[in-house]
Amino acid sequence: MLVSAAFAATTEASHEAGHGAGVFPPFDSSSFASQLLWLAITFGIFYYLMAKVIIPRLSGILGTRRDRIARDLDEAQRLKEESDAALAAYEQELAEARKNAGNIAHEARDKAKAEADAKRGSAEAALNEKLAGAEKQIATIKAKALAEVDGIAADTATEIVRQLVGGSVTRAEIAKAVSAVTGK
Amino acid sequence: MANDPIHQFHLNKLIPLEIGGVDFSFTNSSLFMAVTVAATAGFMIWATSGRGLIPSRAQSVAEIAYEFSSNMLRDAAGSEGMRFFPLVFSLFLFILIANLFGMFPYFFTVTSHIIVTAALAMLVFATVLIAGISRHGLGFFKLFVPSGVPGWLMPLVVAIEVISFLTRPISHSVRLFANMLAGHITLKVFAGFVVSLSALGAVGIAGSILPMLMTIALTALEFLVAFLQAYVFAMLTCMYINDAIHPGGH
Repeated sequence: MLVSAAFAATTEASHEAGHGAGVFPPFDSSSFASQLLWLAITFGIFYYLMAKVIIPRLSGILGTRRDRIARDLDEAQRLKEESDAALAAYEQELAEARKNAGNIAHEARDKAKAEADAKRGSAEAALNEKLAGAEKQIATIKAKALAEVDGIAADTATEIVRQLVGGSVTRAEIAKAVSAVTGK
Repeated sequence: MANDPIHQFHLNKLIPLEIGGVDFSFTNSSLFMAVTVAATAGFMIWATSGRGLIPSRAQSVAEIAYEFSSNMLRDAAGSEGMRFFPLVFSLFLFILIANLFGMFPYFFTVTSHIIVTAALAMLVFATVLIAGISRHGLGFFKLFVPSGVPGWLMPLVVAIEVISFLTRPISHSVRLFANMLAGHITLKVFAGFVVSLSALGAVGIAGSILPMLMTIALTALEFLVAFLQAYVFAMLTCMYINDAIHPGGH
């Protein structure tokens, strides 16, 4: 009974709308005028609201956001450039300071080296002097000793000869023999 | 019958109105046009009322719709085409929301009547024709003379171009109308199977599972079609507007 009730409602509705039962509703030309009129009214209002209210508002919102983002990016770029410049200045100062430190160290090293060289020179000179003195002394002592060697040898020989032979040999003869041995 | 698939397209006069012997009654179709416009414009105005630099969810939706449509128009017709943005945006949203409202059970689908889609297509056609001629004068008709075509072939090509231009509003409107109509009929037919099979007792209820699954799948498909046809209608509008702005450029 539900079906027939619904059917009755349908036929009633279509009868009310003045449609023939056989006409496919989308092709029922008797409804075209009303649909066109109400479409024109509703779509016209919609278009008007879109063009006058909604689109300007949305483009305003998006434009503001775009400007804001662009401004923020510019600001960020500016700050980056500033920090880059600060970094460059700092590095330049650091390099200068390093160069100065290098110069100072170099100077100090040169000075110290010069001083050390001077000291060494004087010490070497003193040592050389002493060495020369010592060598000279040694040479004197050696000469003196060598000069005395003949005398000692002669004395020794005289004593040995006297002990061994018992006779007396003159000192002159001994000296002569010694010098013959030593090759003088 | 209650599950007559055509029943959903019937127009019911809600407020009868007759002017000069012509029937201008406010029908269920008119009601859903008004509901579509009120809901869409109301949402857009409400969503953008905060004008937030950081958008709320509703404002994001409005912004996405705006940027989607404006990119569509700019890609197709360049920045000069943006003069027609209100038309494209209104058409896209009106058709999209009308299609989606049509997906509610017992709701009327405004775009399932060819007179509605034909009117919208003719609006686009007239806009293109008037804008094209007012911008380029007779140069607009270079649209029908593609460059690089040999002279002996020209009459044929021009004839084809003219016919394809004149049939544009037909294909433009029938595509939307037929998709919505056919989709809703199919949906109703399969849903009707569920009802009639269930009336046959236990076996029928078991058997109605198949059309039920089909109905669910079709519902999902129809949501896709509802969006896709709105997009296609707007996209074609953008391309036709491009012809009005750059008639020789294809």
